[in-house]
Amino acid sequence: MIIKGKVWKYGDDINTDVIYPGRYTYQLLSPEEMASHSMEDLDKEFVKKVGKGDIIAAGKNFGMGSSREQAAKCLKYSGITAIIAKSFSRIYFRNAINAGLLAITLPEHVGKIEEGDIIEINLEERKIKTPKGEFEIPQFPKEVIEILNDGGLIEHTKKIIRDGG
Amino acid sequence: MGKTFAEKIFSKKVGHDVSKNDIVTIIPDYVMSHDNSAAISKIFGELEVDKLYDPNMLIIILDHTVPASQVKYAVNHKIIRNFVKKYGIMHFYDLNSMGGICHQVLPEQGYALPGKIIVGSDSHTTTYGAFGAFSAGIGRSEAAVIWATGKIWLKVPESLKIIVKGKLKQGVSAKDIVLHIIGKIGADGALYQSVEFSGETIENMTIASRMVFTNMVAEMGAKNGYIAPDEKTFEFLKGRAVSNYEVIYPDEDAEYVDVLEFNVSDLDPQIAAPHTVDNVKPISEFEGKLFNQGLIGSCTNGRLEDLKEAAEILKGKKISENVRLLVFPASKEVYIQALEAGYLKIFMESGALVLNPGCGPCLGAHEGVLADGEVALSTTNRNFKGRMGSPDSEIYLASPATVAASAIEGKFTNVRKYVE
Repeated sequence: MIIKGKVWKYGDDINTDVIYPGRYTYQLLSPEEMASHSMEDLDKEFVKKVGKGDIIAAGKNFGMGSSREQAAKCLKYSGITAIIAKSFSRIYFRNAINAGLLAITLPEHVGKIEEGDIIEINLEERKIKTPKGEFEIPQFPKEVIEILNDGGLIEHTKKIIRDGG
Repeated sequence: MGKTFAEKIFSKKVGHDVSKNDIVTIIPDYVMSHDNSAAISKIFGELEVDKLYDPNMLIIILDHTVPASQVKYAVNHKIIRNFVKKYGIMHFYDLNSMGGICHQVLPEQGYALPGKIIVGSDSHTTTYGAFGAFSAGIGRSEAAVIWATGKIWLKVPESLKIIVKGKLKQGVSAKDIVLHIIGKIGADGALYQSVEFSGETIENMTIASRMVFTNMVAEMGAKNGYIAPDEKTFEFLKGRAVSNYEVIYPDEDAEYVDVLEFNVSDLDPQIAAPHTVDNVKPISEFEGKLFNQGLIGSCTNGRLEDLKEAAEILKGKKISENVRLLVFPASKEVYIQALEAGYLKIFMESGALVLNPGCGPCLGAHEGVLADGEVALSTTNRNFKGRMGSPDSEIYLASPATVAASAIEGKFTNVRKYVE
């Protein structure tokens, strides 16, 4: 999997409520509707400026707070393909991977990635190429790689069910 | 080397020795979901299986947007009721049962038991650790996969030990301690970790107060919280437990990432200021601040002892004409007990408004939302920007006693002057 995209930068402790507000959490919305509320209480410009294949770079504890899965899915439906952060809230990390949205923890180097940078993520080689150099992606557990390779938890599980496991 | 609670419970579950950072695939004892069960049922449908792995594993509780305040919520609830009927789900708590907030109902109805592994599609699922269970929040897709296959993979977390010592001053409670701890270690201070609470202060606490700790571990980034079950736990569970249980205690020589000790004898009431839960300072820094809405309730502080604390302060008094005070008991059981004890009458006579049991205004999806520029002082667990309504409103978190005293004065108040 090789991803190349433009970076949007956010700070520390970006929480699920500002990524996807509670007022929409208990409504069944389409992917397009979910995408339209992305980052609504944090950055009103986000949905206008984000493009397909873009990447988010952020500080510590990205996605803290609620278990709401739409906070990961809405970004994926907005076009985001990967989030690189200093650290992730644990439920958010799982929700992102399960949605097929790459979540990379890069505590030492994420600060060197700037807004507007075009960066390239090569998952097989575990490398991120940025204008400020090339950084190594930490090894994911095999469970995570399998889910990512199958395009998310649902497709992964369907495959397991089909294979009789 | 001995094992932590997390290492022991997962070793027992998988039948062989596991340690921190090992990944295990397990079948949890229960999977809990609430109003998001409609979305989960939709994902379950995508998995193309014709039955649930085990209908008795599911616990579904309607609490987040009850009773429905808009058609979209009503539709959501209808989908859930139909699903429950279709698949014969027994552990279902609708508005006509002894329901309430899921994290209060699971303990009350005897599902939250020592040694059980419970996952739930809600971040405060951590609460059941107060009973010696391992419980953690998961996403909706993961819940759907468990409904279909019974299984989930989890990493055995590293563990952090927090020891709390000292005797609290009058008017200071569990919420003040846990806010203080979160302020010290940060909103990611226990990221991915299993937090084991111990020490004389915790041992001397009621079950309701212990639940404040395991509930709020979500706000330090933890995977789960744990408090060793004791006689108080067993007493609480008597007549409630739906099954037998096996108590699991950590070994004395278990290995922790860190051991933190807090002495709370001199602790003053604490406030978490906007917009993160770790932005904590003592009440003295906020005294006199005006606010618009007080909230007493939620899965954090909506239990009988919380309502009692607030009622004792409000008894025979009126709240300020400049504030509104909303009280929402955590469950129907708590509501009935508070009614019988006369607390609800005290609230209503003071000028407060008692709402139905449920998540109420906590997450801004339902009733009691805030307008632009408004300030809330709340016993709930999150003060994120916009959480209770307008993104231009502010939420401050505090204990039930602090909210009650402040509602009388119409401004942030040190409750100590009401209880000394």
